[in-house]
Amino acid sequence: MAKTFIISALVEHKPGVLYKVSNMFWRRGFNIESVAIGTAEQEDLARMTITIKGEEEDAEQLVGQLEKLVDVLKAARLDQERAVIRELALVKLRAKDPKVRSDIFHYVDVFRGRIVDVSPETATVEIVGSKDKIDAFISLTRSFGVVEVARTGETALIRGPQSVRIDI
Amino acid sequence: MPAYDVLLDSEIRHILVRHEQSAAHMADGYARASGRTGVCMATSGPGATNLVTGIATAHLDSSPVVAITGQVSTPQIGLDAFQEADIIGIASPVTKYSFQPRSVAEIPTAVMKAFYIASTGRAGPVLIDVPKDVQVDLAEVEYPEKVEIRGYRTVYKPDQEKINRAAEVLARAEKPFILAGGGVTLSNASHELQRLAELLLAPVATSLMGKGSFPEDHPLSMGMVGMHGSKETNQLIYEADVILAVGCRFTDRTTGRLDEFCPASHFIHIDIDATEIGKNKCVEVAIVSDAGHALRALLRALAKNLTAAKDTPWSRKVREVKEAYANKIENSGKELTPPKVLKELRRLLPPQAIVTTEVGQNQMWASLCFRALRPRTFITSGGFGCMGFGFPASIGAKAAKPDVPVFDIAGDGSFMMTENSLATSVLEKLPVTVLILNNRMLGMVAQWQRLFYNRRYSAVKLGEVPDFVKLAGAYGAEGYRVGSMREFSEVIKKSLRNEVTTVIDVPIDPEENVLPMVPAGYSLKEVIG
Repeated sequence: MAKTFIISALVEHKPGVLYKVSNMFWRRGFNIESVAIGTAEQEDLARMTITIKGEEEDAEQLVGQLEKLVDVLKAARLDQERAVIRELALVKLRAKDPKVRSDIFHYVDVFRGRIVDVSPETATVEIVGSKDKIDAFISLTRSFGVVEVARTGETALIRGPQSVRIDI
Repeated sequence: MPAYDVLLDSEIRHILVRHEQSAAHMADGYARASGRTGVCMATSGPGATNLVTGIATAHLDSSPVVAITGQVSTPQIGLDAFQEADIIGIASPVTKYSFQPRSVAEIPTAVMKAFYIASTGRAGPVLIDVPKDVQVDLAEVEYPEKVEIRGYRTVYKPDQEKINRAAEVLARAEKPFILAGGGVTLSNASHELQRLAELLLAPVATSLMGKGSFPEDHPLSMGMVGMHGSKETNQLIYEADVILAVGCRFTDRTTGRLDEFCPASHFIHIDIDATEIGKNKCVEVAIVSDAGHALRALLRALAKNLTAAKDTPWSRKVREVKEAYANKIENSGKELTPPKVLKELRRLLPPQAIVTTEVGQNQMWASLCFRALRPRTFITSGGFGCMGFGFPASIGAKAAKPDVPVFDIAGDGSFMMTENSLATSVLEKLPVTVLILNNRMLGMVAQWQRLFYNRRYSAVKLGEVPDFVKLAGAYGAEGYRVGSMREFSEVIKKSLRNEVTTVIDVPIDPEENVLPMVPAGYSLKEVIG
C-alpha cells in the first residue's frame, strides 16, 4: 500500500541545487507529491520539505539518494505523528453572487482562513493547515467556481527539541 | 584556447585525441589501471557533449575521472552563444558532482574539491566547466591546504556491531560463498578478500566488474557469475547457505531474475554506498563501509572464533565441481574460436599484462575464457556497456603503466567506433595491441536474434569492410590477419617483443555464440549451452 512520507532536507542555498535534486527525483523514478523550499535557519542553507507517495523502501531510498548528493547536508524522514505539518493555499473563488459571497465567508470562518483579496467578481482566500484540510476546503467551494489555486506544498518541522539541522 | 596555451608551459602530459569520447575513455582507462584519478579536457559545446558518453561510462563503473570543459564567457551563458552547451545540466545525472567556477578565485578550490570528490567514497566522475572569461582572467590565488565539503560524507569504517554479526553468521556457515564486485578492486582490497576466502574456505565468484579482484587461478576461484557466468558457478551459488557480497550491487546481469536469486541463502552485503544497500536486494546484514576496512574488520572478528581448516565438505565439493569443469574439453573442430584464442593469449601474456575489452560477445568471451590474475588487469565497461570503450581505455591504461603490455580484446563492431584512436596510440607512443575477434557482425545482438528472434538478422551485418590490416597500416600501426592458432601465437609473441601499436584481425565464425548464457529475465538456473 502506497503511503505518504515527509522528508526534510537541508541543502546548500545556491544556484543549481534545485536542479540537481529534482533531477535525481526524475532519474530514480520517485513519485513526488510536493516540494516546499525556502531559506533555512542559516542564510546559506535552504530547507526542502518533500512529500512522497510510495512504499517504506522508497522513502528510505529517497533519504539515501538525497544524502548522497554533495549539496544536500542532511536529510531525514519525519515521523508525521510527531511533526508540525502545514501547507498554505491561496484559493481564488468566483464571488459575484451575494449569496455565494456570504457562503464563502462562512466557510472561511469554519476553516479558520482569511479573505486576503476581494474584487467585484472574486474573493481570494488564504487557508493554512494540513493537506487534507485544504483539499476539503477546495472541494467544498468547487461548486462556487474555483478560478485559481496556488498551494505551497507541505512544510514541516519535528515537534520539540529534536531537529534536522547541522551544527555550525 | 587560453587553457591550452598555458598547458604548453606546464609539466602536465597532454595526449591529443581524435574524438572527445575517446579522451574520456582514456582518462577512465588510466584511472582503472592505476587507481589514480584520470583527467580529460574538451572544448565547450560539441566538445563537451562528446565527452558525455565517456563520463557516463566512468559513472556507472565508479571510476575516478575529472572532466574539464570549456564554456562560453559568463555574460554569454544562457544566450545560446556559439558552441554553448549546458554541460552541467546535461552531465548532471552521470556525474558525481560538477563545478562551474564563476571567477578565477574559485578555480583552485574547485579543482581540489573535484579531485577529492572523484577519488574518495564511491569514486566517480566530476566535471569542472570553466567559462572563457574565467580562464583568461588573472588573479592572485592560493591553493588551500585541504578542502572541506560540508555536504559530502563518506563512511569508511564499518559499524563494529554489524561486523560481529556478520562474523557470527559466517563462522556458522557450512557453505559460505563470496560474491566480489568492482568495489573490491576500487578499494584495493584483493589481498584481504583472498585471506578471508582462504580462512572460510569459501569459493569466490565475481561480477563482471569484480573480475581481477580475486586471482582466477586460485583453487577457490569460481570465475564469473551471472548472465554469462559459468554454468557450474551459477548452480553452485544456489547451494550456498551464506553469501557474502562485497562491493557489488546485484545488477540484473549478475543475479539473473532477482526474486529467484538464491532464495534460501542468507546475505551479507558490504558496500561503501549506503543507497546500494537494499536498492536491489534485501539482505540480512548490511555493512556500509569501504571494502578493505570491512574485510579487515571481519578477519579480525573471525580470527577469534575460527581457525582455518584444511578442507571442509563444501570446499571438497567446490574442488570437484571445478575439476569436472576443467576436464570438459572444447572441441568444435574449428581452427580459430574465441575461447581457444583467448586461452592462448592468457598463456602468452605475463600475469601483470592488462587487457581491456570492448562490449558485446568479445567482452563475454574475454570474461569467460581469459583468466584475470591480478587486480586492475581486466578493464571493461560493465555498467554502461559502452561500445568503443576498450581501445581508448587501453591507451589510457598504457599511459598509466608504460612497462606493462596492454591488449584490447575487441570485436569488429566496437573497435570501429573509436578506431581513430590508432592515431593517438601511434603518435603519442602509447603502443597497445588490438585483438579483433572479427565476425563481421554486431555479434551479441546477432546472437540474441539467433536465439530469441528465430534467426531474423536485423541491422547486424557489418560486412567485410574495413580491411583492418590496411587500416592499421594507414595509421602507421602494424596489422596482421591470422588464419591458424600457430600464426596467432607467433603474432602475439611478436607484438610483445615489438612494442608498437598492433592490430590483429582474427576472423571467426559469425554464427558462434557466447555460451553459457542465461536469457534476460530468467533465473541463473536456466542456462542455455
